[in-house]
Amino acid sequence: MPTITLIQHSGESYTVEADDGATVMEVAIDNDIDGIIGECGGCCSCATCHCYIDAAYLDKIPPRGDLETEMLEFASSEAKDNSRLACQVEITDELDGMVVTLPETQL
Amino acid sequence: MQRIVVIGAGHASGQLLDSLRRAGSEAHITLVGEESWLPYQRPPLSKKFLSGELTAERLAFRPESFYEKHQIHTRLSCRAVSIDRDTQTVSLAGGETLAYDLLALTTGTRVRELAIPGAELAGVHYLRGIDDALGLQADWQGRDNVCVIGGGFIGLEVAASARTLGKNVTVVEMMDRLMARAVSPGMSEYFLGLHTRNGAHVMCSTGVSELLGTDGRVSGVRLSDGREIPTDVVVVGIGVVPNQELAQEAGLACDNGILVDEFARTSDPKIVSAGDCTNHPNSLLGRRLRLESVHNALEQAKSAAASLMGEKLAYAQVPWFWSDQYNSKLQMVGLSEGFDRAVQRGNPDEDKFSLFYYRGDVLIAIDSVNRPGDHMPGKKLLAAGISPTPEQAADPEFPLKSLL
Repeated sequence: MPTITLIQHSGESYTVEADDGATVMEVAIDNDIDGIIGECGGCCSCATCHCYIDAAYLDKIPPRGDLETEMLEFASSEAKDNSRLACQVEITDELDGMVVTLPETQL
Repeated sequence: MQRIVVIGAGHASGQLLDSLRRAGSEAHITLVGEESWLPYQRPPLSKKFLSGELTAERLAFRPESFYEKHQIHTRLSCRAVSIDRDTQTVSLAGGETLAYDLLALTTGTRVRELAIPGAELAGVHYLRGIDDALGLQADWQGRDNVCVIGGGFIGLEVAASARTLGKNVTVVEMMDRLMARAVSPGMSEYFLGLHTRNGAHVMCSTGVSELLGTDGRVSGVRLSDGREIPTDVVVVGIGVVPNQELAQEAGLACDNGILVDEFARTSDPKIVSAGDCTNHPNSLLGRRLRLESVHNALEQAKSAAASLMGEKLAYAQVPWFWSDQYNSKLQMVGLSEGFDRAVQRGNPDEDKFSLFYYRGDVLIAIDSVNRPGDHMPGKKLLAAGISPTPEQAADPEFPLKSLL
């Protein structure tokens, strides 16, 4: 089972096991990690699961869709090149060791 | 130790529990839920869950471990039958009573049932909970023809899921257009075209007088004009009614929902209520209303939790909603009811456009299809009371962001 690390804006870090096929949003919720909201439940409708992906892993993830890109542009915290909506990032074995940083705010 | 009882296990309930513990509540908390499931995400039921892309486990609002970690006592498959406000107790089906110091009612809504002959036949489905969706999924497997009664969000999402699975779909809607209660005629027209292009047969201005059966199972739908549509499965989506009886019988003020103030407090200072079941004031809209939406459930639950903690967090937000049908994501912000001008931005033929609704010069709502770049700043514009001019709204190149 792949392991990923989520780092909150405060610097608090959680290294957790992630189910293959789950999304990064689900991993955060399942581990009770504050900093990902996921108001719409994970259907790319609310931009409250914004996260920054470790650059080394970006090319191991299918690229953003148009809707996701547009949503991110209006996320509450600044969108960067490595910004993703966590509900759109599915865990695969290749993502073992990935570090995901959470933004200051989602609302 | 202070005892808090929460009745109802939907979005509002899940959020309320989360907010209470995150705010440091040390109360003894009991969650009473009628279904056998812990609070879960309801919206995917008519979409990705029905089409088989998501399993029940992945719908959980919070994992089971959350309730253990935060010491929330859960009573599932358990119905609260009455509230005694004098003794501050809740009676459960089976005779047990739970004492409370503070009570939260997050009872939600239930489906409105079809009251015509044949409604009790096998093969007639409603969609509200996971069990309904599982039942429908099992029943339509191997059956090709689905008739959806009601062209609102649920009906149309089910229709889109059924078409995605290759079924023959007929949608029967009583009003003269789809989603008439929620969107404008222009948006209804787009969705009629979308469903038609995707092979669903949509009949508006059409009532249903009877469901026809063979050996106890539905086999057809008789329309009010006498025509008959043969079908294997019927899905009814004709709206919901608030679960307010428990509150009403306990003497709490109700009127199309449990009446609460902006802090989610009912007419009893020891009882709060949040979510689809409430009739609440919204200072931004300048009126009372009852909403059926995730955003409302979550935000109002935060206010309810604050009130239970002895704090005040007013609930006053611009409502927003979404619906996914085929590859079209509809995002709505504000309430368009009562608009006198709709301004189009983008191109419906490209499945990418928004309608900006104005009352006079004031922007009151925006419905967007595959244009989150309008919806997202639109939320902020509406909350701040900023109206782009209709000319700015109509120009897809005009950056709405620049007005913020």
